[in-house]
Amino acid sequence: MAHSHPGYHDHHIGPEPQSWWTKYVFSQDHKVIAFQYVLTALFVGAVGMGLSWLMRLQLGFPGKVELINPTVYYQAVTQHGMIMVIYLLTALLLGGFGNFLVPLMLGARDMAFPFVNMLSFWAYFLSVVVLLASFFVPGGATGAGWTLYPPQSILKGTPGSDWGIILMLVSLLLFIVAATMGGLNYVTTVLQLRTKGMTLMRMPLAVWGIFVATVLALLAFPALFVGGVMLLLDRTVGSSFFLPAIVQFGQQLPREGGSPLLFQHLFWYFGHPEVYIVILPAMGIVSELIAVHSRKPIFGYPMMVLSIVVIGALSFIVWAHHMYTSGMNPYFGFLFAVTTLIVAIPSAVKVYNWVLTLWRGNIHLTTPMLFAIAFLNTFLIGGLTGLLLGNVIIDFPLQDTYFVVAHFHMVMGVAAIVAIFGGIYHWFPKATGRMMNETLGKVHFWITFVGTYAMFLPMHHIGLTGVPRRYFGFENLQFIPESVRDLNVFITVVALIVGAGQLVFAYNLVHSIFWGKKVGDNPWRAATLEWQTPTPPPHGNWGDQPPPPVYRWAYDYSVPGEKEDFIPQTRPQVTAGAGGGGE
Amino acid sequence: MPQVKEREGSGIVRGRGGGGNGGGNEPGGLEAFPVPTARLGLWIFMAVATVLFSALVSAYLVRMNLPDWKSLSEPGLLGLNTALLALASLFLQRAAWASRRYDLGATRRNLQLGGLLGFAFVAGQLLAWSQFQAMGYFLVSNPSASFFYLMTALHGLHLLGGLVAWGVVGSRVPPSALSVQLCTTYWHFLLLVWLVLYGLLLLT
Repeated sequence: MAHSHPGYHDHHIGPEPQSWWTKYVFSQDHKVIAFQYVLTALFVGAVGMGLSWLMRLQLGFPGKVELINPTVYYQAVTQHGMIMVIYLLTALLLGGFGNFLVPLMLGARDMAFPFVNMLSFWAYFLSVVVLLASFFVPGGATGAGWTLYPPQSILKGTPGSDWGIILMLVSLLLFIVAATMGGLNYVTTVLQLRTKGMTLMRMPLAVWGIFVATVLALLAFPALFVGGVMLLLDRTVGSSFFLPAIVQFGQQLPREGGSPLLFQHLFWYFGHPEVYIVILPAMGIVSELIAVHSRKPIFGYPMMVLSIVVIGALSFIVWAHHMYTSGMNPYFGFLFAVTTLIVAIPSAVKVYNWVLTLWRGNIHLTTPMLFAIAFLNTFLIGGLTGLLLGNVIIDFPLQDTYFVVAHFHMVMGVAAIVAIFGGIYHWFPKATGRMMNETLGKVHFWITFVGTYAMFLPMHHIGLTGVPRRYFGFENLQFIPESVRDLNVFITVVALIVGAGQLVFAYNLVHSIFWGKKVGDNPWRAATLEWQTPTPPPHGNWGDQPPPPVYRWAYDYSVPGEKEDFIPQTRPQVTAGAGGGGE
Repeated sequence: MPQVKEREGSGIVRGRGGGGNGGGNEPGGLEAFPVPTARLGLWIFMAVATVLFSALVSAYLVRMNLPDWKSLSEPGLLGLNTALLALASLFLQRAAWASRRYDLGATRRNLQLGGLLGFAFVAGQLLAWSQFQAMGYFLVSNPSASFFYLMTALHGLHLLGGLVAWGVVGSRVPPSALSVQLCTTYWHFLLLVWLVLYGLLLLT
């Protein structure tokens, strides 16, 4: 308390750790935890990408690869989905960017509960270990589809129904514990540890996105936790929460009365907010990139904040649009279609505001900016097909086709991952003091961007022709035209190229950590707080001084009459300085 | 050690200082809610636990309407356990009041008694499980029994977590007023959750 003055609290954190273990392994420093999250998530994401290759090889060249049989195919489909949505995107956006950006952008010394924060990473790490271990147990990983719908997910005949499904559920429960411990930190830090002058409506949009997404995570994951525990009990001890009376391999199982639909509700009550848990931080990151790299104040900041909050609130009342074809009451479906379509309004507000921010801006086509623009159009295209699928009557014929696959890959897969790439290229100099190579970055961008469209535009078309998703082979299906097979070969070839293209990113990342061009504290000349501290930020972020006070919003770019084209948040307002506070 | 106390201390002071602002050309605005950070953290955690138990109760309400559901007859011991948990809450409340008066002796006495009653509750719940099994209700006998075990287990785990925190708070010399009060809040919350779950079991 000695250094703090009234109305402002300096958050006390522990002394800088001295031993290697406490500094780099069991660290309580939010920046180290952020790097741990990012590296683990990128690693497991590479595994997920490898699995997508297996899928694509089967779809493009059925029967040509010995290794791939139906079991392997379904395991690849399931684990690809699970890894990408939960263990890569959620972990990287909240655990990685959340940990790195929240304290630095708000002027805090660390998270509110650094010890819990450390536990969060290690619980996540353990969940990844359990997940990967499931590939090596008898019967292999579960192949039930990432939604793990009972009864098929826990019955014999489904790949991995012996051990794979058990490890999958245990891993998910661990992940939820990790996400909750991390989430408690991000929310409390945002609410309590902002530096002097950093009001909620001066917070950068990246923090707003992460904050609202974390609130969603805290309120959505418990439903999956309950569903997961119940499914685990159904599988291990033979309860019938979800299992109806059922015959397995000609044998009547000693169960009755359970409701598979109940699991679907619990799953999607989590599952839909999960989509926004991923996309809101991505939107926040993109808002930062667009403002900085077009040297323009973000257009309509209050509306940007409001739309984040509204999207977050709506996400809890749209979940049943994933279940139109489950036999629900049509009036119920109508209600959910209406709420779903309303999401388009705040989403459109955001897209308009990004475009108006870019409008007549001094656009620098740096690698982060290119990825931000890629986010804009992939999110837009994926969002528009979402409007189609949100209608019950259109969803019915398309639900089980590749159209849905193409839709969600555009809107939450590719859109989120390009925002992550943009964010990494943008904040890499803050984290390391070195730039990533721009030429390699642009090569990576063009491969990824062009590849995305080359893969997913034809996939929309395949879906519209009625090709069902989740099928292992199409050889004897007469209704599938020959052109679809050619398109599948094309998509597979592109997927292999795009996947290999990510090696450029991996090489750039590793190479730049050691040999990247050294830069100063603020190479992008950004106004937000994280760039106003030494690079890389020391333990406690702000040295011996109290964190700097903030006098303005985060987007004072190209202010008329100013020498520089940006004003850091820490520069006092001129007019207020003359008046004085008088206290 | 002193560092931990200092953080909590500043939390209490902050309760009054939130709106003060430093003056100068500060444009004003609140940087933090006027509650200690640890208390806000606990509230958020309780919100998460509330969603967890709400999801469980919703699943219960959906499942009980399906035809194979058989109503349970709860062991009578649960009534006694409820009384134990209520008493634990009461003694912790007394500890919290004593901590506000800086009455160290009364704080520790009530804190210890409250925690011991918490342990007694957990032991009572385990006993209730064995009684329940003696009555012929096993984990998979009927979904109603499965829910009974699941709900008591999840509630018990939350209570055990609370007892770990209680142990940490009690081992500090002297226990800080704020952490005693946080323990109390959490105990009240668990009592409330238990009353809802118990009421649901009794009514259905």
